[in-house]
Amino acid sequence: MAEPKDEKGHRLLSGSLIALLCLALGLALVTQVRRTRAGDALADQRPQDLVVLLDGLRQREAALHKEIADSEATLRRLRESGQGSTAALEEARRRATALGVLAGTVAAAGPGVRVDITDPRGKVGPETLLDAVQELRAAGAEAVQVGSVRTGVDSAFTGSAGRLRLDGTDLSAPYVIVAVGDPPTLAQALNIPGGVVDSVERAGGGSRLAQSERVEITALRPERSHKYARPAG
Amino acid sequence: MIGVIALAVGVVLGLWLDPTVPDWVQPYLPIAVVAALDAVLGGLRARLDGIFDAKVFVVSFVSNVLIAALIVLLGDELGVGGQLSTAVVVVFGIRIFGNASAIRRHLFKA
Repeated sequence: MAEPKDEKGHRLLSGSLIALLCLALGLALVTQVRRTRAGDALADQRPQDLVVLLDGLRQREAALHKEIADSEATLRRLRESGQGSTAALEEARRRATALGVLAGTVAAAGPGVRVDITDPRGKVGPETLLDAVQELRAAGAEAVQVGSVRTGVDSAFTGSAGRLRLDGTDLSAPYVIVAVGDPPTLAQALNIPGGVVDSVERAGGGSRLAQSERVEITALRPERSHKYARPAG
Repeated sequence: MIGVIALAVGVVLGLWLDPTVPDWVQPYLPIAVVAALDAVLGGLRARLDGIFDAKVFVVSFVSNVLIAALIVLLGDELGVGGQLSTAVVVVFGIRIFGNASAIRRHLFKA
């Protein structure tokens, strides 16, 4: 009688133990799966692994820092060279403009004089106008226009009195000369005794000279391309 | 049978309670779970073989878990924790496969 009861109690105990263990197993299983899913991978790693991980991260960080420094240096260098070339370009543009004014390939404006030369008797010759242009040049005129022609380094007055030509273009009276430069100096250059004004009067013509704070020279000379000459040095 | 039900209840409880694992248990929990799985499958196999003994099951379950945890603990102390964990997982994995194939033979006769 006692033995079956003991047997029964034993079975109950073992059954509940098995149930308890299996329950614990299920619980642990789910917990572990959850923890793994949560992705908190660092929390359950061993110190040695963490050290290796940290070391790798440090190395990577150092490499990235170096890359940043290199990139910044490159950026600085490029920026500097960019500024340098911008300045050079600016300078070159300024020089090109200045040379363009001199060569007559760009329009010019500024203080200057305007001279109207009338020639009712047709006696004003090319030498008089040449004289006028040369006087203006000598007085520091930076750009000169006669009629609709811009004068340049190779300008030439041709023809005869009454039928003047400048660089192959016919001029007709009244001749209008516009020059950019210091107005008083230019006026003085034309007015000197025995100068342009006198010559025109001797030829029976009249001249009117106007100083102005702003004259505009819009006529352009075609750009010359050099066939033989090349910059040397 | 009672074991399967308890296992299911444990899974549900785990899902429901979402218990937090104490820090000191964390490295041993996965190994312990694998060891326990081996014990359970061994128990199932014995049951199918008709030689299931509750005492053997309980003792093997507990000892499996404890020894697995001890091995990992020892490995951690020796500085080869990661490798020993792998070793334990491999051994238990092989055993689980062996048990599973025995169970399969019983269930499907193949």
